[in-house]
Amino acid sequence: MTDVAFTPKFVLSMRGPSVTTEKPAVRIALILVSVAFLVLFLLLPLAAVFYEALRKGVGTYFTALVEPDALAAIKLTLLVAAIAVPANVVFGLAASWAIAKFEFPGKSILNTLIDLPFSVSPVISGLIYVLLFGAQGYLGSFLKSEGIQIIFAVPGIVLATIFVTFPFVARELVPLMQEQGTQDEEAALSLGASGWKTFFKVTLPNIRWALLYGVVLCNARAMGEFGAVSVVSGHIRGKTNTMPLHVEILYNEYNFAAAFAVASLLALLALVTLVIKVGLEWRYADQIAASRRH
Amino acid sequence: MAGARGLALKRPSAIPGFGLALGFTLTYLSLIVLIPLAALVLKSATLGFEGFWEVVTGPRTLAALELSFFTSLFAATVNAVFGVIIAWVLVRYRFPGRRLLDAFVDLPFALPTAVAGIALTAIYAPNGWIGSLFEPFGIKIAYTRLGIAIALIFIGLPFVVRTVQPVLEEFDRELEEASATLGANRRQTVFRVMLPTLMPAILTGFALALARAVGEYGSVIFIAGNMPFYSEIAPLLIIIRLEEFGYAQAAAIGAAMLIISFGILFFVHLVQAYSRRRFGQ
Repeated sequence: MTDVAFTPKFVLSMRGPSVTTEKPAVRIALILVSVAFLVLFLLLPLAAVFYEALRKGVGTYFTALVEPDALAAIKLTLLVAAIAVPANVVFGLAASWAIAKFEFPGKSILNTLIDLPFSVSPVISGLIYVLLFGAQGYLGSFLKSEGIQIIFAVPGIVLATIFVTFPFVARELVPLMQEQGTQDEEAALSLGASGWKTFFKVTLPNIRWALLYGVVLCNARAMGEFGAVSVVSGHIRGKTNTMPLHVEILYNEYNFAAAFAVASLLALLALVTLVIKVGLEWRYADQIAASRRH
Repeated sequence: MAGARGLALKRPSAIPGFGLALGFTLTYLSLIVLIPLAALVLKSATLGFEGFWEVVTGPRTLAALELSFFTSLFAATVNAVFGVIIAWVLVRYRFPGRRLLDAFVDLPFALPTAVAGIALTAIYAPNGWIGSLFEPFGIKIAYTRLGIAIALIFIGLPFVVRTVQPVLEEFDRELEEASATLGANRRQTVFRVMLPTLMPAILTGFALALARAVGEYGSVIFIAGNMPFYSEIAPLLIIIRLEEFGYAQAAAIGAAMLIISFGILFFVHLVQAYSRRRFGQ
């Protein structure tokens, strides 16, 4: 062991008990395969976004971001997320309160139904609202006579976004609140606190990190959703284009620099989301019951 | 749920707010999810069974459904193999950059699909970073089925890693030691003791990646080339039918896709029920 001081730490740590690990050569090969696969499939696309965005220079990059249609798309994306995320937060809180704090028949069916939107293709998530509210949909003629437009307008985009982000908050909160049980709330109630006070002063602090975790994931999907929104939007420039749809239009017009410039904003959002997500997972692992599946 | 409680909707509890919480939950669930999905079923039912069958087995629809299913199957298989290797490396080995790599695995969940789509197309196009390496050999990646598979591998990557990782973390090392003491070499221990135990998790991840890939749209349409009968995926065909105001046809293709994904998820359910019985997890 005289050479210990000169051996890199990670090589040292690879000298484990040999019966429960692989030969060093196999280990190094597997690490290299993993790193190569992840670089090829994950890092390269991410790098390509920023490379293509900045290829024509910083001037072109910022011009693409501040032109009116891009700004309108950014505003619409923020607006849609600002409606969809709080709506799903309220739903997530109500659903987890009902499921975690009470026993009632049909609970496991309800739990399954909440996850349903995750197994529906984004395109179908948009399609169902067109079938209901579209010009030839079930409520189409009624909406037309009332002068209400949902499809090819902002309400349709909001609805489709709510659908695809539906389970995010509930699925973080339900398992955690089930684990936490009802003792804390019962204690607060028996000491004379009202139901709402118990909720805001006892339950909410108990679940705040998991709630934030769910909100961050929900928001990332809400701002980045493409398929569902694409079906209901109608792609009217400056009016019903969200950022991902604006990227598509620019790309199809062969305006690649601008398309990647707007895409780079969404990629930044993804990176920020990952950083917050990992930060929460490291710091508050015990308070996040996340099933880490999505 | 014993039936002895008669008509009571819930077990008695000191906690308030049951009616409000459940009422809101059910109303919201019905309005956003159940009624719109029912519209899909209702609309495809207007075709009648024969009409439905005719749409779904029409040559262009069938080609699209087959393409979506088989490229997804291929991509999920690639993800299963590399997902297990990546999960293994992340759980078992210590090396610089491991946690960064671990965090990075979730990128496909966070990156909007359209962004992934145009980025992959830029890389794999004939003049792209990787596409240009294959171009001299006459291999095209973007605008072919290979390109579709690459996009599907990208979006399905986290599923297998994230389902296998926790199981591997909990894996009882004594089992490996017992296997070694009984004379098995490392290869036998891995392939005959460990992998069978990991199999339910691998299958679950595989099926989730498959279900996601079958319905995927955003990351695929840019790289696919979208040629009918060759590289036109089922979700795109739904959009094309909608643009032609063929609502019922679009609904029928949608219903067929839902049946495929629910079939896959039912398979997941069976695997998990089996593994609970077998391994008591």
